[in-house]
Amino acid sequence: MTVGLEHYLILSTVLFSIGLYGALAKRNAIVILMSIELMLNAVNIAMVAFSRYIVPLLLTGQVFAIFIMVVAAAEAAVGLAIIMTIYRGRETIDVTQINLMKW
Amino acid sequence: MGLVIAFWILAVVGTLAALGVVLLRNVFRAALALVLCFLAVAGIYITLSADFLAAVQVLIYVGAISVLIILAIMLTREVPQGSPTNKLRIPAFIIAILFLVVVAFAIFQTSWQVAGIPPQEPTTSALAFRLFGEGGFILPLEIAPIILLAAILGAIVLVREK
Repeated sequence: MTVGLEHYLILSTVLFSIGLYGALAKRNAIVILMSIELMLNAVNIAMVAFSRYIVPLLLTGQVFAIFIMVVAAAEAAVGLAIIMTIYRGRETIDVTQINLMKW
Repeated sequence: MGLVIAFWILAVVGTLAALGVVLLRNVFRAALALVLCFLAVAGIYITLSADFLAAVQVLIYVGAISVLIILAIMLTREVPQGSPTNKLRIPAFIIAILFLVVVAFAIFQTSWQVAGIPPQEPTTSALAFRLFGEGGFILPLEIAPIILLAAILGAIVLVREK
């Protein structure tokens, strides 16, 4: 028995679903950010698996994975800075209580 | 054969760690589970013979982003309240399961055109040629530092004491 493209894609989908559930169902803003990182990692696995099995000599998927990592690092820095600012002003990071922009 | 065993171990560890991120009550333990999941993903990259990406994953995710997340957890002092779910827990669970089923169905229905040639190893020089070489990704590569610079400036402006 060998490991094929489908195995990696299913693993990627499972990780993405777990991250999706966490991002939708959690109240702590930091846990939501962690779930988003989980989803970005899942997408990276799919990218690298496509690169490995479909076009092994082009490495396009790995290049995209590098750019996703750049965006993920920027997103983590800015997101955590926003959370820190909100916590300083409102003493909470419960996203159900942060309703400043709620109509 | 070793590749298959490594894949299954890493897949199980990564999935369990990801479940720990969303299910553990303690936020700090969830962050540590996230670090374990990042490490498992780095191992998955190695089984896909993406050695450079595995090193970058360990450096950026395990080294930098997890430290940033743990620092934010320490600074916000919300650890005693745990990681509760909001009232959308059941719909979110249903949506996640639906997404999983639909995408798994699409994956199994598609006939992938797998190229039967072995992967390129090592990938570092080939990746550098793809990024910097002729007809490569030099423009996105030049935009990426601008994004990072904007993110650094934005983070500094946001958390600066008034």
